[in-house]
Amino acid sequence: MTWDEMEPLLTQGSVDTLYMVLWSAVISVLGGLPLGILLVLTDKGGLLQSGPVNRIAGVIVNLGRSLPFIILLVALIPFTRFVVGTSIGPTAMVVPLAVGAIPFFARLVETAVREVDRGIVEAVQAMGGGVPTVVLKALLPQALPSLIAGLTTTVITLIGYSAMAGAVGGGGLGSVAVTYGYQRFETPFMLLTVAVLIVIVTAVQLAGDGAVRLLARRERATT
Amino acid sequence: MITTTDLTKVYRTGERDITALDGVNLHVPEGEVYGVIGQSGAGKSSLIRCVNLLERPTSGTVTVDGADLTALARRGSRTAPARRPTAELRAARSRIGMVFQHFNLLSSRTVQGNVELPLEILGLDRRERAAKARELLDLVGLADKARVHPARLSGGQKQRVGIARALAGDPKVLLSDEATSALDPETTRSVLQLLRDLNKQLGLTVLLITHEMDVVKAVCDSAALMSNGRITESGTLTDLLATPGSELARELFPVGGEPTGEDRTVVDVTFHGGTATEPVISQLSRTYDIDISILGAAMDTIGGRQVGRMRIELPGPFEDNVVPIGYLRQQGLQAEVVTAPTAKGAPVPTLAKEGAE
Repeated sequence: MTWDEMEPLLTQGSVDTLYMVLWSAVISVLGGLPLGILLVLTDKGGLLQSGPVNRIAGVIVNLGRSLPFIILLVALIPFTRFVVGTSIGPTAMVVPLAVGAIPFFARLVETAVREVDRGIVEAVQAMGGGVPTVVLKALLPQALPSLIAGLTTTVITLIGYSAMAGAVGGGGLGSVAVTYGYQRFETPFMLLTVAVLIVIVTAVQLAGDGAVRLLARRERATT
Repeated sequence: MITTTDLTKVYRTGERDITALDGVNLHVPEGEVYGVIGQSGAGKSSLIRCVNLLERPTSGTVTVDGADLTALARRGSRTAPARRPTAELRAARSRIGMVFQHFNLLSSRTVQGNVELPLEILGLDRRERAAKARELLDLVGLADKARVHPARLSGGQKQRVGIARALAGDPKVLLSDEATSALDPETTRSVLQLLRDLNKQLGLTVLLITHEMDVVKAVCDSAALMSNGRITESGTLTDLLATPGSELARELFPVGGEPTGEDRTVVDVTFHGGTATEPVISQLSRTYDIDISILGAAMDTIGGRQVGRMRIELPGPFEDNVVPIGYLRQQGLQAEVVTAPTAKGAPVPTLAKEGAE
């Protein structure tokens, strides 16, 4: 394969991967953030302590976390078809990716929010703040650096998952690597795909770390 | 200003119930700085947290500035989870300031942002918040630190921010939960001075809990001693010092020396203000021709008043010294016979009572 043949495949693959990862990340945040907060609030000693709700949320998260992604991918095909009308292509892949990543991110959110000093929650309550105030003005801002670190980890996991999605017709770099690199024995091309994935993962990690550092510095800075 | 009636708090931990508060009746008059002192585990932290219902009392009522908070907390949905505060309770809390041992500032916000937080909860707009926050920071002497994050501040400065934040809702009552316990002695003094000034300037009623007698001595008008979930003694410092056998008084004013024995009578003499200048001891010695040794003595300012206490030893058993002790009492002094430590805390003594006759 020449570079001219490889280049459009790589470009399209990267675009598809980024598309899948971006949208599934957005949905994971929308789903995982409330779920993670719910886990903390309904836990024993939490502001909205509720055994049943906590157990149900816990079961959902554990179920999602314990299923191997490749199984989830296949198992969700009917659901995916119901939601987006098809089970192949990048858009269809957003569904299983998001379903897989929501519980993952929810656990990370739970850990991050749990680390916020109870005293701060108490201080906000003492000022007359209700539960929404505590969450929005204290828990989330205080946990923001950990949340961003968690999001970084989630996005990187999604990149890995998205490569697997390639195996079931999802498109993206994973699909390119399987089709050309594995099935057609184009080893150099496969290595190139891997290199592109490494670059993407590194870029995401650096961006995440940079954001966390920036926040930490802001908290220590004079202005 | 703050009244608790038969307040009890029982923590259920599995099989065992732990009683943190066992029928506490506390009354904090308006405009006073009131200290609750006790060892850790005495229940004082539960007490102060029950005052703004951060802890729900198991039974009993809490009234702050005429409002029965325990009733407010129950109003509306009785079925709501116990920890979820009603709107009325939240409104009442916003008028009670609270400062904490570990400051509990938000590291994600600037100093000014921290002070603005309660104002956001109260629904003030941006400009009003900024103006009020500046004013409060000025009051606590941190106007120049408004844009700094708390991580850059010293402990004392952090507590000043905590105090400014607590004052944001123009409270009439300030609760201080070991506010100076994480600070060094020098900083403790300046923070206590600030509390005292605020109490005077704003007419703020302050309820503080502490395990340090020095804090009580430095700022309090009144104090209560807590142990095992009960208040065992309370009153104004002046009254406490005048109460024979008061454990608080003894703690406030420790003087060393052995207790009364077979061959000697040890007496604690407490004098306030004017009597301090009378040469009572030498008069006593001359009048009764006895040798008096001074075992220990201290002068201090307690609750803004000069108070002195002296522990003296008179030769011979108590029976021989009834008359000299009576003489001391006639001079307007408080004389209390010190008995062996085993009797400490117990209603000292029949002995002292006899002496008073």
